[in-house]
Amino acid sequence: MIDLSLLPDGGMAWLEASGPGSHLVVSTRVRLARNLRSHRFASRSDGPEREAILAEVEAAAAGTEGLGRAVRFRVDRLELQDRRLLHERHLVSRDLAAPETAAKLRPAGGLLVQDHASVMINEEDHLRIQALRSGFALEAAWSLVATLDAELGQRLAFAFHPEFGYLTSCPTNVGTGLRASVLVHLPGLVLTKEINKILQALTQVGLTFRGLYGEGSEVVGNLFQLSNQTTLGKSELELLDHLGKLVRQVMEHEERARQILLRDATAILEDKVWRAYGLLRYARSLSFEETMNLLSGVRLGVGLGLIPNVGMYALNKLLVFTQPAHLTAAHGRGLTDEEVPVRRAAYVRQVLEEEVGRRGPSAQAPPTQR
Amino acid sequence: MKCSHCGEREGVVSLTQVKEGEVHTASLCAQCAAEKGIETGFAMADTPLGGFLAKLGESADPDAPLLAALEVRCPGCNATLRDFRETGRVGCSECYQAFDAPLRELLRRLHGSTHHTGMQYQRGEAPAPRVEPGRTDLELKEQLRRAVESEQFELAAELRDRLRDRE
Repeated sequence: MIDLSLLPDGGMAWLEASGPGSHLVVSTRVRLARNLRSHRFASRSDGPEREAILAEVEAAAAGTEGLGRAVRFRVDRLELQDRRLLHERHLVSRDLAAPETAAKLRPAGGLLVQDHASVMINEEDHLRIQALRSGFALEAAWSLVATLDAELGQRLAFAFHPEFGYLTSCPTNVGTGLRASVLVHLPGLVLTKEINKILQALTQVGLTFRGLYGEGSEVVGNLFQLSNQTTLGKSELELLDHLGKLVRQVMEHEERARQILLRDATAILEDKVWRAYGLLRYARSLSFEETMNLLSGVRLGVGLGLIPNVGMYALNKLLVFTQPAHLTAAHGRGLTDEEVPVRRAAYVRQVLEEEVGRRGPSAQAPPTQR
Repeated sequence: MKCSHCGEREGVVSLTQVKEGEVHTASLCAQCAAEKGIETGFAMADTPLGGFLAKLGESADPDAPLLAALEVRCPGCNATLRDFRETGRVGCSECYQAFDAPLRELLRRLHGSTHHTGMQYQRGEAPAPRVEPGRTDLELKEQLRRAVESEQFELAAELRDRLRDRE
């Protein structure tokens, strides 16, 4: 099994809940798609060429400041369980990790991780340079990615077209190759049934939304990943600025929806969030989807100050550690399909109990009702 | 992702519903979506990439010039336009020259533009905003306005100097 403790913060600093707007935003990601001019793209390159690409990128990265101390993974040589762990931790995409079957593994897949930044090698594009930050932090994530891109671009010859810009495997990424996404928790808009209107409006102004695990993943626990749809025709800063402005608007709508709920449906809201907490605190078997939905309720309760004895960091960690590969890793051996929901419930109980312990017994009782 | 209704065909429509205050998303294939009477306004066939790919070489006439164009090979990676239609992925950087016309059209549909206005790249130099030569005064002024708006002051200064030189 791989040792994820080698990674700075286990590669999970983005869960810290330390960044701006952490009560609404879990994390911010910015990635740049880059390809090498002298090599065929992923759909046309064979094993030896992909090995050459991996070697070239690793050699170039070794000389940079941003990746010189990076922890390296050869993803296609990892066990299924380890690939799942990296995927659940958001360090590699589903595309590179092939968490279902080794048959879909991309040959010579690589991963470099240093601090808040990482590079996936031989995914859909030769390089996917990305930064993941806690909270709503587009500027911080962008500056990290831009620095890495500049360092790597001096050592590697990227495919660049005078009119189209950076060339990518899929035409949807051509131009800047930039995709910025903000993982935001919107239970207020879901409960007030405004979410569909908002999501529809966002798609009309060049934004798209996805689930917790990016492209093709489902929306669970009211967590929406909002990102830019187009990559060409606007500069990097224009794209980031546009996304940032719209996310701020969505956050304002969410805050307003929460205040309306708190004002007009206090008892129902309090019941809902404490019910979610109660189930998580005492249930003996939990499915992943149920866990995500209950965590959403508790997160809302914590955000509104209704539930005092849980921290956002613990809730963020539960998003990752209640997933199958992490439960298996914690248990030390493979779990059967029947064992997973039982282990998940046990883990959630343990974390919530520790939170009460950490935050003192005074926080144990629900706040006095009016 | 497989269709969550039939479990057989590939899901092409992502369906997000809000039921009893909870969000459910499902991936449906075109057939199941149609059976459920779901308006597939954003379905695969209607997305720019999906629709474009489906239409490439649609004509049944084997002598049609479009079909002949499908067999032209990229000198860089030997891929044809037909390969692109099947995978939706470009084979190498030279493909963008070899299939310039259809890819240009696709980029225009996907992004509403074919003109990259972001960082310029030259190996050995850090990527930097660059003013392109041969632009009209009007385009330069527009670029200057955008540069100021997005607080790209270095670029704005460069543009201002260029405009001044032209006067």
